[in-house]
Amino acid sequence: MLTLQFVPYSEIESLNTDERIKKLLDIVKNKNIVLMQGRLKLAEETRLIQETMEAISKDFKGIEICTVYPEDKEMEAVRKIRKEFFRLVLGNRDGMTIIGPASVVKEIKRDPNKIQLFTFKDSAKKSKRR
Amino acid sequence: MIKTIRRYLQDIFFQLFNSKKKIKLGLYGPPNSGKSTLSNRICKDWTGEELSSVSKVPHETRNVNIKESVIIKHKGKELNFNIADTPGIATKIDYEDFLKYMNKGEAKQRAKEATKGVIESIRWLDDMDGVLVVLDSTLNPYSQVNITIIGNLAARNIPVLIVANKIDLKKSNMKKLQSAFPQYNIVGISAEKGTGMDVFYDALFKMFR
Repeated sequence: MLTLQFVPYSEIESLNTDERIKKLLDIVKNKNIVLMQGRLKLAEETRLIQETMEAISKDFKGIEICTVYPEDKEMEAVRKIRKEFFRLVLGNRDGMTIIGPASVVKEIKRDPNKIQLFTFKDSAKKSKRR
Repeated sequence: MIKTIRRYLQDIFFQLFNSKKKIKLGLYGPPNSGKSTLSNRICKDWTGEELSSVSKVPHETRNVNIKESVIIKHKGKELNFNIADTPGIATKIDYEDFLKYMNKGEAKQRAKEATKGVIESIRWLDDMDGVLVVLDSTLNPYSQVNITIIGNLAARNIPVLIVANKIDLKKSNMKKLQSAFPQYNIVGISAEKGTGMDVFYDALFKMFR
């Protein structure tokens, strides 16, 4: 059974970088998949990778992570500025971040607006069919 | 007209002073994308010596390897680089993935060193004057590691050149890479065969103009 744990942005809003990363990694280490509203800051994403590497052990092989967010390409300049302002004030609530334990989630493919989540059970079924 | 004069003066200034300054150039990317093969090709071309060992086994480079004073001459210009070949950045490392290449003890040791290598790579990001993001053009470019590396470099205002490697392979898909990162300059090469190196050096010199 796969457990998806939803983390609304309001739950991480008041946390600092260390606390955010710890919260997300704790969920993943318990073999649950995080569905987080919005995305981490870019510097937080690299910190998450670093902290993941620090945490790797016999039981924890790392993470699979993917973010999806609306593209701003077609947006008018005024709307873009307004959106950036709200992002600065309220944080980046757009899109979604998926983080799964590497022992459960084999791969997350983003291509580019579609997400495919491959688990180890999927791979076993595929090889059985062959 | 003013732009042309400004560019001309910039070029003179650049040739007088910048050629003496050493530029810290980092090669970043996921494991097995060809960072070491490219850094070896550059170093071999301009110093006669290779920088890193290359292997089919992922995470062959587990420490940042640096070659100092690599002077590259291209179309009448000259730049002096300190080239840093960094370990591949990954979000997961499982020693069992190495078992088909080595025994259990060696695999565990390699996995342990690889995790430290990823941390070291990220720590070095801020020290770079420019970065070559080396991607395997046969793979899906929309991986979070690629997006995170490139996004972080942009946020730190570090000049980036995306190098699409392995274009000699049938599965290579430059168009997909270009559509994934439309705002970046992308050059296609085969570091192993030396294809596209002239275009690569053009883009490299433009990066530091």
